[in-house]
Amino acid sequence: MIHGVEHISQESRTELLIEDDHDLLKQSNALWTRAKMLGAIRDFFVSRDYLEVETPNLIPAPIPEQHIDAISCGDWFLHTSPELYMKRLLAAGYPRIFQICKCFRKGERGSYHLPEFTMLEWYCLGMDYRLLMKECEELIIAIANDLGNKEAIHYQGKKIRLQRPWESISVSDTFTRYALVPMVEAVKENSFDEIMACHIESHLGLEQPTFIYDYPVSGSALAKAKKDEAAVAERFELYIGGKEIANACSELIDADEYHTRFKKVQEYRNSMGKAVYPIPRFFLQDNVDIPKSAGIALGIDRLAMIFCDSPIIDNVVTFTPEVM
Amino acid sequence: MYNASDLKKGLRIKLDNEPYIVTEFNFVKPGKGQALYRSKLRNMITGAQFERTFRSADTFEPADLQQKKMQYLYEEEGKYCFMDNESYEQVFLTKSQVGEAKNFLIDNLEVEILFFEDKPLEVSLPNFVEMVVVKAEPWAKGDSVSGKTKPVTLQTGYQLQVPPFIEEGEKIRVDTRSGAYLTRVKD
Repeated sequence: MIHGVEHISQESRTELLIEDDHDLLKQSNALWTRAKMLGAIRDFFVSRDYLEVETPNLIPAPIPEQHIDAISCGDWFLHTSPELYMKRLLAAGYPRIFQICKCFRKGERGSYHLPEFTMLEWYCLGMDYRLLMKECEELIIAIANDLGNKEAIHYQGKKIRLQRPWESISVSDTFTRYALVPMVEAVKENSFDEIMACHIESHLGLEQPTFIYDYPVSGSALAKAKKDEAAVAERFELYIGGKEIANACSELIDADEYHTRFKKVQEYRNSMGKAVYPIPRFFLQDNVDIPKSAGIALGIDRLAMIFCDSPIIDNVVTFTPEVM
Repeated sequence: MYNASDLKKGLRIKLDNEPYIVTEFNFVKPGKGQALYRSKLRNMITGAQFERTFRSADTFEPADLQQKKMQYLYEEEGKYCFMDNESYEQVFLTKSQVGEAKNFLIDNLEVEILFFEDKPLEVSLPNFVEMVVVKAEPWAKGDSVSGKTKPVTLQTGYQLQVPPFIEEGEKIRVDTRSGAYLTRVKD
């Protein structure tokens, strides 16, 4: 708050506003809900002995991902997620860490995408993705309770029940249930993303939050492959009200495998005519000692959409690129 | 040449040699997946609508569209006739191509017609049109309370709300974008 603002009357405060910004006050409820959410998240992790960390936004090499483009900034890049540096902290011996930060992704703008958005990431030593699902449930319920939603969240006319356990369904099963196409076939025909986005996502998490798990390894750069099924990664996503809220995985711990996957991503990006980023070399060195662990990234703006009952991301942030 | 990332509501593109307008658009990107551009398109000639999802590598030509100043002549059996005042060339638009503009098409009105190659697609009206009230209830006493309105019918059959002092035979100015009454016009 600007110092002394509380002494200014409502009339003169309004005069201070730029004409076009009058609508900002309509967002007041959403901004309060969002702030309370952030408070609840910090309380949750602090009470569980997680250390809140801040890693740099400006980095020399973003995570090599097939479909995520970084915004360059001088000779370096704005990070697309804090994943690399959080894993280095994990490898260095910090067993439980979380971070709430801005992430930057080039060209991402839609009803629930912004090129600059807020991410919560947390990592825990000794966990696998199944245990992480539990912790994710506990977090969302804790936030919901803090916001006064004891049993359900009401989102876009749907009552989403919070009683545990939540629905959990394999990605492969979502394909047969909602798209009538086997997942392997969709991957082979390069239509996995399109079917997921256009035919599956809108069905997920409508009656209760839904986890979908075991993704094709091809699109999961840093996730560990399942022991018995090498083509499937130990990765899950949380959906609420048809919206993707979080993405998690059991962390890959094999440095050689990282190297192979990063190289593959570079080749793919090169073949698609996309910018090819340098391989994060320190990461690979430190990562040799990454112990069994799991990590998760949760979109704060998306979660705010759910708790504010907003169909679009624009209503839960202060400014969108179009009004700057 | 447009890229998928240029897509937005209102963009006019050429697909299979026909002009399309993007009527709805959303950027989606399922978890770690590729960017997808979900679009609803309307064929500007046939009016047919369909959904199509584009990927980042897709490119398209802009629809080559031209606007021409023309004059509205008459309507016959659902066909609206317009004439080029210089070449005297006449073209016809269907009822669905004309759409809501039919409410404001008065004889000899100067309009702009949008063409794709030699095919007329749609009409754009001037923002303001002066029209005659052909039917109105008389002004009853006590109706002068501010904010009160009454319905009237204009020469095209279009009905709208106007202040109670407007009478049959009078001319009013209408905003064609909102369809609302603006002011009384005195000849």
